[in-house]
Amino acid sequence: MTAKKLSLKEKYSLLTRDLDWEYSYADRKKAFPYEEFEGIKITDWSKWEDPFRLTMDSYWKYQAEKEKKLYAIFDAFSQNNGHLNISDPRYVNALKLFLTAVSPLEYEAYQGYAHVGRQFNGVGARVACQMQSIDELRHCQTQLHAMSHYNKFFDGLQDFRKMHDRVWYLSVPKSFFNDARASGPFEFLVAVSFSFEYVLTNLLFVPFMSGAAHNGDMATVTFGFSAQSDEARHMTLGLEIIKFLLEQHEDNVPIVQKYIDKWFWRGTRLLSIVSMMMDYMLPNKVMSWKEAWEMYFEDAGGALFKDLARYGIRMPKFSEVIEKEKEHISHQTWWTFYNYGHAAGFHTWIPSDEELDWLSEKYPDTFDKYYRPRWEMAKKLEAEGKRFYTKALPQLCNICQIPMLFTEMDDPSQICFRDSIYEGERYHFCSDGCKTIFDDEPEKYVQAWLPVHQILQGNCGGPELEKILSDFYGFNVGADNMDMKGSPDEKRWKAWKGVA
Amino acid sequence: MSKVYIALQDNDESRYIVEAIEQDNPAATVIHNPAMIRIENEGRLEINRHTVEEIMGREWNIQELHLSLITLGGHVEEDDDSLVLHWNT
Repeated sequence: MTAKKLSLKEKYSLLTRDLDWEYSYADRKKAFPYEEFEGIKITDWSKWEDPFRLTMDSYWKYQAEKEKKLYAIFDAFSQNNGHLNISDPRYVNALKLFLTAVSPLEYEAYQGYAHVGRQFNGVGARVACQMQSIDELRHCQTQLHAMSHYNKFFDGLQDFRKMHDRVWYLSVPKSFFNDARASGPFEFLVAVSFSFEYVLTNLLFVPFMSGAAHNGDMATVTFGFSAQSDEARHMTLGLEIIKFLLEQHEDNVPIVQKYIDKWFWRGTRLLSIVSMMMDYMLPNKVMSWKEAWEMYFEDAGGALFKDLARYGIRMPKFSEVIEKEKEHISHQTWWTFYNYGHAAGFHTWIPSDEELDWLSEKYPDTFDKYYRPRWEMAKKLEAEGKRFYTKALPQLCNICQIPMLFTEMDDPSQICFRDSIYEGERYHFCSDGCKTIFDDEPEKYVQAWLPVHQILQGNCGGPELEKILSDFYGFNVGADNMDMKGSPDEKRWKAWKGVA
Repeated sequence: MSKVYIALQDNDESRYIVEAIEQDNPAATVIHNPAMIRIENEGRLEINRHTVEEIMGREWNIQELHLSLITLGGHVEEDDDSLVLHWNT
């Protein structure tokens, strides 16, 4: 007689729930000391569901198959000198930003899930965190492999770890994950599994990766989509986590809402670099940041919050500001990097005339009024041989660590600026969203490592800017930074393509 | 009712899956972008193992979907025969 084949549900139960055991000699509360630390009340861990019912045996099987396909494409890309088939060498600068700003976050997520996976009393949650932890490590590795090919031919990809730890603008993604990992286990899950994975990774991995395909970069689109198929599982889990917390006890609702408010705001701030990658750094464009935002935040996120309303959960605080920002943030961010192109680890440029027209078409209410005139001025200065770089150090927001570059959304000519006093010291913020986060936990954020403050205190190898860039950040000054026009990257590209 | 959606890599396997989805969800909208196919529908979307198997001409495990999946939106209900996406409101 052949053994009866187990259904997915039965197999899932055997290979997850039944792995737990009773503790005969230890107090369970002492074994899971962080579980009550945030005030979250869990009454029944068995209600935790993993809707995909993935067990380790099928996980390894399908992940191995995904990896085989992925590395076959990396090999083909490399054998075929795939870097010569990209649309334009400017595109590679988006990858430099990706490698230094995003890939280290995957590693942080891997460490974060490995940590919180130990903290939950429920076995379903522990198994889910374990798989996600392995996924995140895989993402970091595949991203490094995909981009290592470019490192042979383009500047700026040589030392992502050192750059992530030290470079001023990379403190933005770093502080996001440091903040999440320094939180309790449930806040980490709401931050990363729910706010970041469910709504925000789509904006990074879907339209941008479709854009990578549109620019001839098969290596990047392949790791992007392969990673996002894991994210689809993570998102599903993120939604289950929220439902689980809300259904366990009504006292959890205000705690979860506060986490959602905080992490959606931090997430939208973090994505400002993705907005400029979409609108300014992809030479062949798929959709504008605004369109992507409407599709994945407003429509998809809106559906989600409508569904969660029955628990008493509302849209994240400051959603009305977030809605206005979609018109502005890509332009304000890229303009700032253009100004600080001498202190970036990648090249910047003025959009071509066709690109300016595309931006006017995509942003009819704001681009010609507020942003085109700046680029026309920059073009005129450049033509006169006066490409300018801002000399001053920027004021940073104490929460998101982004320079004060965002404006009041109802008055884009006015920089937005807020402050709070804590124990006699004044702290500065880019927005009401960031100020609210600080005011709730000032003792946490007064410890923030702010790159500009550290430079001024002499902790970054200063005082000369060039020494900070070369010795402390690890840039090849004159090759990695400054304008795309006239850069070694551009010269090599022209030589490969046989154009003067 | 809000829209649920699924995005698949534009590869050979996906073409059969998309065809099966279109057959089982006649009201669904299929959108082609570079390297990906996005399918959305009001409220609910079903992927049925039997339909995919008929079109593909071979056995197909519902979890093979992970090989072509990019992203999705909606609550997920998975068993041996189908994967359903839905919203409650």
